[in-house]
Amino acid sequence: MEEVSNYKSIVIELDKEEYAIPVEVVGAIERMQHITRVPKTASFVKGVINLRGVVTPIIDLRERFGMSSIESTDSTRIIIVQMENFSVGFIVDAAYDVLDIPEESIEPAPKVIGTVDADYIEGVAKVGKRLIMLLQLDRVLSQESFVNAKGLEG
Amino acid sequence: MENNEYLEVFIEESKEHIQSLNDQLLILEKEPENMGTVGEIFRSAHTLKGMAATMGYQDLADLTHKMENVLDLVRNDQLKITTAIIDVIFQAVDQLEGMVLDIVDGGDGSSDVQGLVNKLQAIESKEDPESINTQEAPTTNEKTSPSIYGHFNQLDQFETAILDQSLESSHYNLEIKVKLNENCLLKAARVYMVFEVLEQVGEVIKSDPSVQELEEENFELEFHVLLVTKDTPEEVKKKILKVSEIEEVTVSVFDHHKQESISSTTESEAEDAGIENRTENKQQTDNKKKTTKAVTSKTIRVNIDRLDGLMNLFEELVIDRGRLEQISSSLKHAELQETVERMTRISGDLQNIILNMRMVPIEQVFNRFPRMVRQLSKDLGKKINLEIVGAETELDRTVIDEIGDPLVHLIRNALDHGVETPENRKANGKNEEGHLLLKAYHSGNHVFIEISDDGAGINRDKVVSKAIANKVITDEEASQLSDKQVYQLIMSSGFSTADVISDVSGRGVGLDVVKNTIESLGGSITIESEEGKGSLFSIQLPLTLSIISVLLVEVEKEKYAVPLSSIIETAIINKNDILNAHNKKVIDFRGKVVPLIDLKNVFEVPTEEEDDELYSVVIIRKGDKMAGLVVDTFIGQQEIVLKSLGDYLGNVFAISGATILGDGQVALIVDTNTLIN
Repeated sequence: MEEVSNYKSIVIELDKEEYAIPVEVVGAIERMQHITRVPKTASFVKGVINLRGVVTPIIDLRERFGMSSIESTDSTRIIIVQMENFSVGFIVDAAYDVLDIPEESIEPAPKVIGTVDADYIEGVAKVGKRLIMLLQLDRVLSQESFVNAKGLEG
Repeated sequence: MENNEYLEVFIEESKEHIQSLNDQLLILEKEPENMGTVGEIFRSAHTLKGMAATMGYQDLADLTHKMENVLDLVRNDQLKITTAIIDVIFQAVDQLEGMVLDIVDGGDGSSDVQGLVNKLQAIESKEDPESINTQEAPTTNEKTSPSIYGHFNQLDQFETAILDQSLESSHYNLEIKVKLNENCLLKAARVYMVFEVLEQVGEVIKSDPSVQELEEENFELEFHVLLVTKDTPEEVKKKILKVSEIEEVTVSVFDHHKQESISSTTESEAEDAGIENRTENKQQTDNKKKTTKAVTSKTIRVNIDRLDGLMNLFEELVIDRGRLEQISSSLKHAELQETVERMTRISGDLQNIILNMRMVPIEQVFNRFPRMVRQLSKDLGKKINLEIVGAETELDRTVIDEIGDPLVHLIRNALDHGVETPENRKANGKNEEGHLLLKAYHSGNHVFIEISDDGAGINRDKVVSKAIANKVITDEEASQLSDKQVYQLIMSSGFSTADVISDVSGRGVGLDVVKNTIESLGGSITIESEEGKGSLFSIQLPLTLSIISVLLVEVEKEKYAVPLSSIIETAIINKNDILNAHNKKVIDFRGKVVPLIDLKNVFEVPTEEEDDELYSVVIIRKGDKMAGLVVDTFIGQQEIVLKSLGDYLGNVFAISGATILGDGQVALIVDTNTLIN
């Protein structure tokens, strides 16, 4: 992503902070719907939904980032992200429109951002007065990060 | 290269021809005098050669060419079929298959064919050295461009043979010259129409320019066709003239012996001469017709992914249909209801068609076995008669793809360990020739495949002692096992009862793999055996993998699907009937102690503590083991479409997949095999 001059992204909100997901990987933005729980998976895997005939796993980004989870509201959205071999959905508090983030405004992630482990934050962009954190999706979904949480599966 | 687009067709057709070579060679071995079969083999080899040469696979073409030569000698009664010859031809076919497979894998299909070519050459020349010269003719014929020779001055021997035959069976051999109108725009289209007419009345033997060139409009205005037909020249001419934009048609009788046109009066003589041979020839022409038909029959090859895509879309439709039904019934609008009902019926038909498209006859798997059994029985020095029953039984494509290897293994096993040597069989008062029966049939929602032999059967004591030696079971366990349980042991890993480990089987890694494969397909395998009489391996498979019957159950607010194939029955059990055995809840079910598995605990379903007096239990089984799944309510039986959970979640404990219910929600499918352990 470094060489992109304009970082086109979809801005989402989690616990009053803003994060950016590269727009190319976003397949759809869905409203909250019934999620079928899948037993014995990591706690942040909320289950699966029927996305136009494809069974798609759903991850609660709040729980993934160690924030407290909340009841869904009218603004809660599911962002469907298409990775190389699979697609997953992220539950977020809200999703805003597409934003062009100029590359020069992106800075590497600071060593400490609150309580969040920084490895899945690719960088921080300052756009006007907004502070937007760029997500590194491979890390967000990385197997290791939830192997421990998944431990139950054995 | 533009060849690429033909590559797939080439591969598919080559495979078909190789299969047909195998089949026909087997028949030929049994009936060496059957010239019809030789003709078939020759035909396949010839086509293969032509295709390979066109595609530029020289080694493939060379080898088939040599094969063709030998076959030609046989056909012309210059060579008698012997087992040795068939062996060499089989080797050649094997090599051809290897080369085609190499091409499939992206190779160039080259291979060292010299050895086999020499062998074939030896066969060829030993019998009739002169024939080599005559044999050269057709090759050069193939290679030289059509412009060098006259229209049909040079025919290869096969073509000549057809012409001979047709004369004998009172057909006409006609040379037809068609001239197109100068203003004709789509020459290829007209040619196509002419050919269509011709193919209706008879068989096109050859054309000048070649069909390919005609298709590419690689000719001026005239072309020549050599046709075998029952119609008179006049009739044929009339029929061709019905195609528009045709300037002129000349039809004359073609005599390949004189290689010039002669008047049709001689035909009557030929007719007289042909009468005695007619019956035999008729059969041969019939055969030929059949093959031409098979090639031209209206089938297309569709990539299975596309069918899957179609299936997925259709499932979407089914879900929406469910919603429409709900809406229309709540609105109580008569016309809407009627339309929705109609739509339901039509989509039901559609569903059947789509499912049927995925079904393939098991023949595809079975037809490689005769060859394999022949080879194996040779290697093992045993005499075996293979009987195949029910090859037309249809199975889902996905199952077909997977079931081949396990069957190969079971057959090898039966031949190696089951059927005894001829001497042994004689000593035991049996027919020297062992009998191996491969049988497939439908029963309910399942397909059964049985492999039975009349060999030695399974020696219980031998199995038990081996199992104990290999620490599969203990002494105490052994005495309690039923015969059936003992037989099942041979499918546990690290087990082989053959005294001598052979090349064919007996590494002891096979049968457990077979069992696993079959179970992963949702099937099961059982063994029956009687010592000295033979054994029977019976495989039970689901008809299709993509649609299964399930029992939908509810646990708290969650819905789960339990595959019907693993359910014995359902029961409502009073709390008082639940017993405790070693801290485990069990029930007495028809005299058997069955452990209870509470789905709530297994799946950690969030529960409100509320104890019922009555338990709904689904009794499931895996082999001989049983268990009772405790659920809250039974919803009912349903046909569902199996879906994977996707790569991200990977394998989830005790969940084999998911499905989408009529209301659009996802229900998980319980993997009962992992629950019973």
